[in-house]
Amino acid sequence: MQRQLANMKQSLFDQGYLDEQFIQLEELQDDANPNFVEEVVTLYYRDSARLIQNLEQALEKNPLDFGKLDSYMHQFKGSSSSIGAKRVKIECTQFREYCRTGNAEGCKKTFQQLKKEYATLKKKLEVYFQVARQAGPVEKACRPK
Amino acid sequence: MVVYLAGKMVIGSSKKVVADPIEEVRRICALVVDDDPLVRRIHGMLLARYGLETEAAENGKEAIDLFLSGKTFDLVLMDMEMPVMDGLQATQRLRGMGVSSMIVGVTARGLEAEKEAFMATGLDACCVKPLNAEAVISVLDELAKKLL
Repeated sequence: MQRQLANMKQSLFDQGYLDEQFIQLEELQDDANPNFVEEVVTLYYRDSARLIQNLEQALEKNPLDFGKLDSYMHQFKGSSSSIGAKRVKIECTQFREYCRTGNAEGCKKTFQQLKKEYATLKKKLEVYFQVARQAGPVEKACRPK
Repeated sequence: MVVYLAGKMVIGSSKKVVADPIEEVRRICALVVDDDPLVRRIHGMLLARYGLETEAAENGKEAIDLFLSGKTFDLVLMDMEMPVMDGLQATQRLRGMGVSSMIVGVTARGLEAEKEAFMATGLDACCVKPLNAEAVISVLDELAKKLL
């Protein structure tokens, strides 16, 4: 089971879903906080749901308020960086670039892609944590190759 | 003398080497100021890993109120952008109040001009978030020098 978990994690890194920050979080897990990473990821998805909603509402306005959109995305990017959500972060950066250039279509298109990456990562992490709970605690966080 | 005891940072009551470093020591206290609950959780955990006692505030005003209530902190991690009162205003106010704690600015923005403006308010250092273990160790090394 531990090997299955390690392979899953390797795959998430190889496919660019996660970055080094995820490992930093795993290294903070200990006996006193054995589910720290899952707790943090759950907090991320709970809090960012509000930001997603704000962004959706802001993207329906005409004309778009790029300043407000950029502000929401700045917060969203920050949170995504905190859990190592690499692909989500890339879409956030692209979105902010479109805000900077006032490209409404670019913003809307990128936001759709961002939501896809966000949802995909959520599913993959749900499976990962399910396996992690079954596998039990590891002695220390294993860095992917 | 600063002693790292079982991975936790403690300070002795005097600058002499003490036979038993556990005598008259206190834990280092830190305040994490950030409007993002995720960042508060992660940075709080990071600092606790190195043995620090931590508290949190959601914005600059809450941080000021904590100091005004009589609390003291050796270290403050101050986010730059926050509602109600941002990190620049809060740092300026704290220094104006005579607070000499180590204040480390934390920002998601990497622009040099913005970091310089933040530093100019009275920070001891400025880091990009999220902090990692390496950044925390560097901050604690600086804090150790300051406390000696």
